[in-house]
Amino acid sequence: MRNKERIINQVIRLVTAITLVAVPIIAKADGPLGKRIPLKNGMILLLSEKHDIPMVTVNMALKAGNTAEPQDKPGLASLTASLLMQGTTKRTASRINREIDFIGGSLSVSGGDDFASASLRVLKKDVKTGMDLLSDVLMNPAFDQREIDRTVKEALAEIQRQKEEPETVASEAFAKAVFGKHPYGITSDDVAAYLPKLARQDLLDFYRQHYGPNNTIIAVVGDVKEKEIIALLNGYFKDWKRAEQPVQPSPAPPKVDRTTVLKLEKNITQANIVMGRIGISRQDPDYYAVSIMNYILGGGGFTSRLMDNIRDNRGLAYDVHSMFSARKEPGAFSVRIQTKNESANEVISETLKEIGRIRSEPVSDKELADAKAYLTGSFALRMDTSAKIAGILTSIEIYNLGLDYPQKYPAIIQAVTREDLLRVAKKYLDPDRMVIVVVANQEKAKLKR
Amino acid sequence: MNYSKKIVFCILIICLSGLSAFSHDLKVTEKVLPNGLKILLKEERKAPVVTFQIWYKVGSRNEALGKTGMSHLLEHMMFKGAKKYGPKQFSQMVQKNGGNDNAFTSKDYTAYFENFASDRIEISLDLESDRMQGLLLEPREFLSEQKVVKEERRMRYEDDPTSTMVEQMMATAFMAHPYQWPVIGWMADLGNIARDDLFNHYKTYYAPNNATIVAVGDFETKKLLPLIEKYFGAIPRGPDVSAVGAVEPKQLGERRIIVKKEAELPAVFAGYKTPNLKHPDSYALDVLQGILSSGKSSRLYASLVYEKQLALYAGGEYDNITNDPNLFYVYAGVMPGKTTEEVEKALYAEIEKLKTEPVTDEELRKAKNQIEAGFIMGQDSVFFQAMLLGRHETVASWKMLEKYLAGIRAVTKDDIKRVAKEYFFEDNRTVGILVPVKK
Repeated sequence: MRNKERIINQVIRLVTAITLVAVPIIAKADGPLGKRIPLKNGMILLLSEKHDIPMVTVNMALKAGNTAEPQDKPGLASLTASLLMQGTTKRTASRINREIDFIGGSLSVSGGDDFASASLRVLKKDVKTGMDLLSDVLMNPAFDQREIDRTVKEALAEIQRQKEEPETVASEAFAKAVFGKHPYGITSDDVAAYLPKLARQDLLDFYRQHYGPNNTIIAVVGDVKEKEIIALLNGYFKDWKRAEQPVQPSPAPPKVDRTTVLKLEKNITQANIVMGRIGISRQDPDYYAVSIMNYILGGGGFTSRLMDNIRDNRGLAYDVHSMFSARKEPGAFSVRIQTKNESANEVISETLKEIGRIRSEPVSDKELADAKAYLTGSFALRMDTSAKIAGILTSIEIYNLGLDYPQKYPAIIQAVTREDLLRVAKKYLDPDRMVIVVVANQEKAKLKR
Repeated sequence: MNYSKKIVFCILIICLSGLSAFSHDLKVTEKVLPNGLKILLKEERKAPVVTFQIWYKVGSRNEALGKTGMSHLLEHMMFKGAKKYGPKQFSQMVQKNGGNDNAFTSKDYTAYFENFASDRIEISLDLESDRMQGLLLEPREFLSEQKVVKEERRMRYEDDPTSTMVEQMMATAFMAHPYQWPVIGWMADLGNIARDDLFNHYKTYYAPNNATIVAVGDFETKKLLPLIEKYFGAIPRGPDVSAVGAVEPKQLGERRIIVKKEAELPAVFAGYKTPNLKHPDSYALDVLQGILSSGKSSRLYASLVYEKQLALYAGGEYDNITNDPNLFYVYAGVMPGKTTEEVEKALYAEIEKLKTEPVTDEELRKAKNQIEAGFIMGQDSVFFQAMLLGRHETVASWKMLEKYLAGIRAVTKDDIKRVAKEYFFEDNRTVGILVPVKK
């Protein structure tokens, strides 16, 4: 599907001019965004009733991501998630697909770093059918050997196909260098080496250990009443067995004491550059100062310093942005750019220059004010659809932000000072301890580093 | 991870509740100003946000070989300063007001948008009226942006083997019509375009009489309408835009292209010339598309990916919201160990089945249910609703949306079989094959 969307969006139809801003999850509302309701079986329900459209959106997060899998079985968590949709003790894979398609709904389960996720969208009139399907795939997976074989084959083919994408190759090499044996650094090569050895019992074990109501958050947004949805969830998820094992601590990422450059050869026209280092977790108190600092550096779309310098003034890239991937555990700070091979040196040195500048001098009052105005002013846009609200509710629960987070947020942002930004820039952006990955035609890129 | 804005057009439908048997009142207020500017306003009070979009009737269809890509390059320049708001100021202005902005260009249109909290909509009027008439097109900015678009082309096409193949397939399918070239333009043409070419393109197509304003969201129509008139009413009407006369002649035999490029897996695309949304067969082709490709129970996925395991992905798209007739195409990515011949044959087997056997009642019902549910669910987003209005109005009329569901409901099993026979035959087909080579 990913490929299909890519082709449709990029080739046949549209070409877009600007890169949009990627901002952290936040929300705005007059009252609390929803209600937190622990259910009998241990599942945590977050409910936001929304009666303007006869539709229901469900978003689940399960502590069954890559961080939960044994170190010697990379990819087991994702494969388990994929297989939940491939048949249950009551329904074949084809029947699951037919039933959800027939009501014009959507249902999916997928893996992730910290969490596996499941999502469901149906019309209000079909909410029972939807819950029946959702609970069936989560509670009764069959792990049929033919489905395992087919899914493994598909996963291996997809891994091969992604070798075509220079940005994916660069991202994976970057993740491996920054995270080492930590699960955030699992690459598709690791997965491809393990999958042929995977046994059905591995899936059964992982499922038993990590899937269960005590490991599950469920956000429901839409045209349902509290009593009705609680009754439905209590009914459909009544017999779900508890997950047996807590997630074990992950190995620490490697210490980096100098900047390293990884040069990967590919016969392409653009150098795909990813540079950065370990960043922060979502629960770090520095998160908000880092968000504002990053907005000014390279997160703020067309108004960021990196975009202004590298795209707007020099015409060297279509897209350049920086991000802090803030999750349960410290994720990466990264800058990502594609530029013609011949410009790779210039782009790397300009990026390092901008990183150096934001660490050595305070941002201007105007930059700080504009960043704060954007982050607080775009609240409403970050919760203008059901799916966005469901995503925010899930994050509020995972990171313990509180259901009044939307009300608290402006004050949290306003409290950040120029000095805070300088401090976090110095702390987290160290140009002497970075990983720089360049996938390019190296003969043309002629990297000086 | 890609943070570029992507707008998903896979669902070409609008969202309504309260479906009636014949037509749906979309509750759109339409007004045309004396200078020819059309305004479509739809109040939606579910969230305190508003989307403002302006659609110009110009795209790569209005270009010529040697200078392809002008519309898209001009779109980029629209962010590089006008009379009131100079270079860099557009996005700064939008973002410091908590908004997001972007633009997109297609074969048939160029559109600009801002999404804001509802109390900020006047900023859109100020910015868009400024750049509708007073674009600077500064030579220095032009040279820099020309380089940016070349980088964009490298990223999207030069280094993406499947996109390269599809680009060349389109160039093969159309001989006499401008749909043959890519929206972003051929690489050499990007270097040929001069600043004055863009200026002429701008003067020709950027005028109130060649544009539609669409706003959907939390506003009062009776307050917004006079405000729009205040900002845009005084902009003079431009010269009439001459029609694109190109007509693609009837195809007289299958065309095939092979693209050999470094890649991991082969891919097959096959496009059939079909009428667009202005033709009554468009409804049956939409339903047929659903049967072939909507969801994992659809025929192409179930057969090629799931059962036969010939393809890593497979699907079909009907690209019909266009000014002129375009393609219905089916495609698949080949699994390792399988051949393009096997995959191509399997795609055609599914096409042939549509011509010889009636689809089942369940499939027909399912495809219609998917379309109707998509209508209702799409209502969740004001941006999506505005997109549909803008697209339909630009290539035909937004009012077609009000009749769309009735048209879908009327489609029968016989219609599906008939349109499959009418359009899906070998002589009407253009095939593109990506053949991976080692460096």
